[in-house]
Amino acid sequence: MQNDEIINKINQLLIEEIEIDEEQIRQDADLKRDLGIDSLDFVDLFVIIENNFGFKMKAEEMTDVTTLQDFYSYVIKRVNPN
Amino acid sequence: MSPFHHFMKRVVITGMGIYSVIGKNLGEVKESLSMGRSGVVLDPVRKEMGFRSALTGMVERPQLKGILDRRMRVGMAVQGEYAYIATLEALKGAGIDQDFLDRNEVGILYGNDSSAVPVVESVDILREKKDTMMIGSGYIFQSMNSTVSMNLSVIFRLRGINFTVAGACASGSHAIGLGYLLIKQGLQDIIICGGAQEINPESTASFDALNAFSTRESDPTRASRPFDRDRDGLVPSGGAASVILESYESAMTRGANILGEVVGYGFSSNGEHISLPNVEGPRKAMQMALKDSGMDPGDMDYINAHATSTLAGDSNEAQAIDDVFGKTKPPVSSTKSMTGHEMWMGGASEVVYSMLMMQHSFIAPNINFEQPDEVTSRLNIIPATTPAEIHAFLSNSFGFGGTNSALVIRRFSR
Repeated sequence: MQNDEIINKINQLLIEEIEIDEEQIRQDADLKRDLGIDSLDFVDLFVIIENNFGFKMKAEEMTDVTTLQDFYSYVIKRVNPN
Repeated sequence: MSPFHHFMKRVVITGMGIYSVIGKNLGEVKESLSMGRSGVVLDPVRKEMGFRSALTGMVERPQLKGILDRRMRVGMAVQGEYAYIATLEALKGAGIDQDFLDRNEVGILYGNDSSAVPVVESVDILREKKDTMMIGSGYIFQSMNSTVSMNLSVIFRLRGINFTVAGACASGSHAIGLGYLLIKQGLQDIIICGGAQEINPESTASFDALNAFSTRESDPTRASRPFDRDRDGLVPSGGAASVILESYESAMTRGANILGEVVGYGFSSNGEHISLPNVEGPRKAMQMALKDSGMDPGDMDYINAHATSTLAGDSNEAQAIDDVFGKTKPPVSSTKSMTGHEMWMGGASEVVYSMLMMQHSFIAPNINFEQPDEVTSRLNIIPATTPAEIHAFLSNSFGFGGTNSALVIRRFSR
């Protein structure tokens, strides 16, 4: 999967599954502060990511993920490790 | 009357809401009650699953997307959705908006005694995926019995008493009774009370296994026939009903429209069989409610019976009603003839149904009551809609384990 496909897919899932307003989707958006993704939403993101990208998110790998760009990068790294 | 009676607060009803198989708001339900309309259908899915009886009350699921945000919806099971709609209607009727809820202490006591589907679905996911993390965040809040009170208290930002009353098929009635006691004691000013019941095969399969359901599948709307000689079992049903209980002082201060006054709550436990009801327990609950109300049996203009359309249950309740009310024989009907058995919700919804009758001066019929049996012939059962001035009524609710609840409600007068 190409990087831009991954980013589009993440955006689509955030809009459809987590019901985040499309206008709020910006690379520098803070996941918690700007997008309002709380600890319970992360639990649902775990399910959404595994069902759509086929890997399990690990909490210990997420400690540095604060912005949407961080999250794109994390997913891209897991989907395309090389 | 107790010497402390004048220290106690009066408890009034200032709002009601209903989402049921005979209507999705008060107006629709009043219409169905006066028309004697049944909400019972045949659910083919249950037949395929192996149910002995596929009869059930049925109402569509509320669509809350666009009304409540995702976080508020994902933790809510279907009975919570019913309860949300009923509570919105009740609060609106009471003249209570979110701003009022944010500035005042309001509580919630809701009857609910199961939440089967989220339990089944979450365990199905676990069995398939072998990873609890694949269950997601919503199922835990959907699957607990307290799902209704926990969700509504968050949605409406309530800061008063907050828990669920699980008393089998008397849950909704006990919730109102407990709310009444708390307000009467001066511990709360306003409590949202009610009862909710999920409608789905998962929650009723094990009940169907007890041979307690009517199998009159060829004629769904005539299957629930409380007190009738040819009754052959209950029809499961569901939905939700809410009432706003409030101290008289609070209602006066707000200038609220007072719909009625809760004046008596009686309760008892049979101490016998887990599913077979008896006569003594219900009789005791009715007598206690009457005593608490300071009224006589002859003051009751209507009795909303628990009668579910089972052989033993209706017979024992008829005997108990006759023991207490035999001298004056007030009109009796079981609205379960139309709604089916709303179980955890029934004690609350039947207060709403009876309140609608009191407001609109009629007694809703016990439809399908064609021939009495030896015991039920002792009651004044109302088979067709009858105009009547109701000044006070008693509502019975009984449940598994022998839990009994009776409420006495009357028209408000200063």
